[in-house]
Amino acid sequence: MRKNGFARHALIETLHTVQSSFGYLDDNAIRYVARSLRVPLSQAYGVVTFYHYFSLKPPGKHTMTICAGTACYIKGADKLVAAAEKRLGIPQGQTTPDGQISLMTARCVGACSRAPVVLSDGDVAGEMTSEQALEQLERWAVE
Amino acid sequence: MNIEELEQIAETVRQENAKFDYEVNVCMDLACVSQGSDTLKDALVKAVEASGKSVLVRRTGCMGPCSSGPLVRVDPEETLYRRVNAGHAEAIVASLGGKPVVELQCDLNEHFDKQVRVVLENAGHIDPEKIDDYIACDGYKALLTVLTEMTPNGVIHRITESGLRGRGGGGYPTGLKWSTVAKSGGDLKYVVCNGDEGDPGAFMDRSVMEGDPHRVIEGMAIAAYAVGASKGFIYVRAEYPVAVARLTAGVRDARRRGLLGNNICGTPFSFDVEIRLGAGAFVCGEETALLASIEGKRGTPKPRPPYPAMSGLWGKPTLINNVETFANIAPIVRNGGRWFANMGSERSKGTKVFALTGKITNTGLVEVPMGIKLREIIEVIGGGVPDGHTFKAVQTGGPSGGCIPAEMLDIGVSYDALLKVGSIMGSGGMIVMDDTSCMVNVARFFVEFCMTESCGKCIPCRAGTAQMYTLLTRICNGQGTMDDLDLLVSLCGTIKETSLCGLGQTAPNPVLSTIQYFKNEYIEHIANKRCPAGVCNMEAPVEVLV
Repeated sequence: MRKNGFARHALIETLHTVQSSFGYLDDNAIRYVARSLRVPLSQAYGVVTFYHYFSLKPPGKHTMTICAGTACYIKGADKLVAAAEKRLGIPQGQTTPDGQISLMTARCVGACSRAPVVLSDGDVAGEMTSEQALEQLERWAVE
Repeated sequence: MNIEELEQIAETVRQENAKFDYEVNVCMDLACVSQGSDTLKDALVKAVEASGKSVLVRRTGCMGPCSSGPLVRVDPEETLYRRVNAGHAEAIVASLGGKPVVELQCDLNEHFDKQVRVVLENAGHIDPEKIDDYIACDGYKALLTVLTEMTPNGVIHRITESGLRGRGGGGYPTGLKWSTVAKSGGDLKYVVCNGDEGDPGAFMDRSVMEGDPHRVIEGMAIAAYAVGASKGFIYVRAEYPVAVARLTAGVRDARRRGLLGNNICGTPFSFDVEIRLGAGAFVCGEETALLASIEGKRGTPKPRPPYPAMSGLWGKPTLINNVETFANIAPIVRNGGRWFANMGSERSKGTKVFALTGKITNTGLVEVPMGIKLREIIEVIGGGVPDGHTFKAVQTGGPSGGCIPAEMLDIGVSYDALLKVGSIMGSGGMIVMDDTSCMVNVARFFVEFCMTESCGKCIPCRAGTAQMYTLLTRICNGQGTMDDLDLLVSLCGTIKETSLCGLGQTAPNPVLSTIQYFKNEYIEHIANKRCPAGVCNMEAPVEVLV
C-alpha cells in the first residue's frame, strides 16, 4: 500500500499483493484493505467478487489449472476437465475436502499454440492428454 | 540523453556483439519454455564454455512457429533449428563453423516468405530485458527524433498519413483518435495502453509485451508527446506474469536512461508510465470498463459519448490504444507514413499479427500484410490442417467474431472484408477448425464465455446471453425445435442492437455466423438428433438456468 501511496485507485493492486502473499482474500483482509485505503467496504467487496482472479477461499496445497480458452477447447480441454473432475470427485473451481488439490479453469494463459494447456502449480505444460493430467494428480495424491 | 548518446550506446552494443563469432538465439517465449527451452539455454551456455568458441547465447522473444519449439536460431547463418532439447546443445555448438545439424534443421521458408515483419521485427533478435539491445535496433530513436525535430501536429499528421487503424479490433483510425485527444482541452491528459488481451485463443499482445516491451513504451511516449499527455498507464492481464515483469523492468530501465520521467532528453516534455494489473475480466478490454478498472472500481462499461478522448480517466481526456497499435508507432515515425501506407490493402494499411492456433500444422505467431488472402495464411503459412482432416472453418475475433467457412477463404484480410462476411478483425486470434469440430458446440462455447463474462450492467447482455445459452444447449442435446432456432435468431438481433457495450453487441456474432454458414448442422441436430461431427452428447439432460 505504501508503494502506491495509499491511493484509493490502487485498490486492485493492493488486493493482488494481499492475495499473492496469503493465497486468497478472507473477510479480515478485505476489511483491512478497505479501511487502510479509505474505500467503502462495499466497493472493496464488490471489486473482489467482480474479478475472477480473486479468490475468497483458500486454495489447496496443489493447484491444477486447465486452460479453457478457445484453442484449448477445440483441442479437447473439456475432456481433460471431465477426467480430472471424475478423478477428484469435485467440480471445477473447488478444492478436495482434504485440502490437497484445487481444480481450476483459466480463461486463456496465452500459450494457445501448444493447446490444450495445463498449469500444474504454475508450471505450463502443453499438448496435455487426460492420462498425463491424471498422472500428475496421482503424484500429488500420494504425497 | 540525446541522439548522439543514443547512437553511442547502440554502437557499443554492436561492437560488443561483433566480438563474438556466432550468436545462438534461444526462444524463451512461454510456449518454448513449457517445452524446456530454459534448461536448453543453460546447456548451450555450458557447451559454449566447454568448447572455448566465441559464441553469444541470447534469450529472445517469440520467433513465431511455436509448434516447432523449442526454437534456436544460429546467426550470422540464420540457421533455424526446431524441437531442440538440452541434449542437442553440444551438437549445435560443435556444428558452429562447420555443417549445420541436419536432423534439427527446420524448413519453414514458405512459412516465413509470405510474412512481413514490422511489429515483430525485433522478435527473436533481442534480449527483451536489455534496453541496450533495443537501442541497438534503432530503439528510442523515433522518440528522440520526435522530441527534437517534430511538432505534436507533425507527429499526428504522420500517423494519419500512414493510415494506421486501431489494432484492438475496432479499426478506428489512430490518427483521428490522436487528434481528438490533442484538441481536447485541459492541462492533464492520460495515455493508456490496453494490454488486457482477453480474447481466449489470442496471444500476440503477450508476445509483444514479453518479447519487445520497450517498443510499447516508446510508442506510448510518442503518443503522449503528440496529444499533450504527461502520464501513462499500461493495463496488463494478471494472467501474464512474465509480461508484467518485463514491462515493469522496461519502465525502470527507460527511467534510468532518462527516456521516461521529467524533461526527457533535456526538452520540456515529461512523461511517466505506471503498470496496472487486470484481474480476470474479459469486459475490461472495453475501453470505458478498462478505465473504471484502472480507477480501482468494478470494470463496468459506461455509455458513450462522452468518449474517453474527451472524458476518460478521472474525467480527463484519455487516449486508449492497443499494444499492437503502439508497437507500430516507432517504425512509422522512423520510416514515414507513406512507407506504412504502401503496405496493405486500400482501407487497411500495414501489417497485422495473428495468433494462428487450433487444428493447423504450424501454430504460432504470424505477421502478414493486410489484404493477404485467408487461404494463403492457412494453407501456405499455416501449412494446412494436419492428420488428413479437412478444413471446416476459421474463427477470427474471438467471442466477438464469427466463423468463416471454406468457401470464403479467398477474401483478403482487412477490417471491411471480415465485417462483410459476419466476422471481425478482432485483436488477431485465428482459430482453425476441422471436420471434428461441431459448429453448434463452438457457438455454445462462445456464448457460455460471454454469459459468464457479462458484467451484468445492462439487461440485453446479462439475460440475453443466458437465454441464448439455454437455447443452444437444448439444440446440442437434441431437444431443440425449429422454433428455438427462429427464436435464437431474433434474440441475437435484439442483443446486438440494444446492448450497452461491445461485449453484448458482438456476443451474437459467433451464433449468427454459424447459423448463416452451417445451418445444416443446426438442422441435423434438431431434426435428426444427430451431431455430424460427433461432438455433442444427445442423451445429456438439459441444464436449466435460473
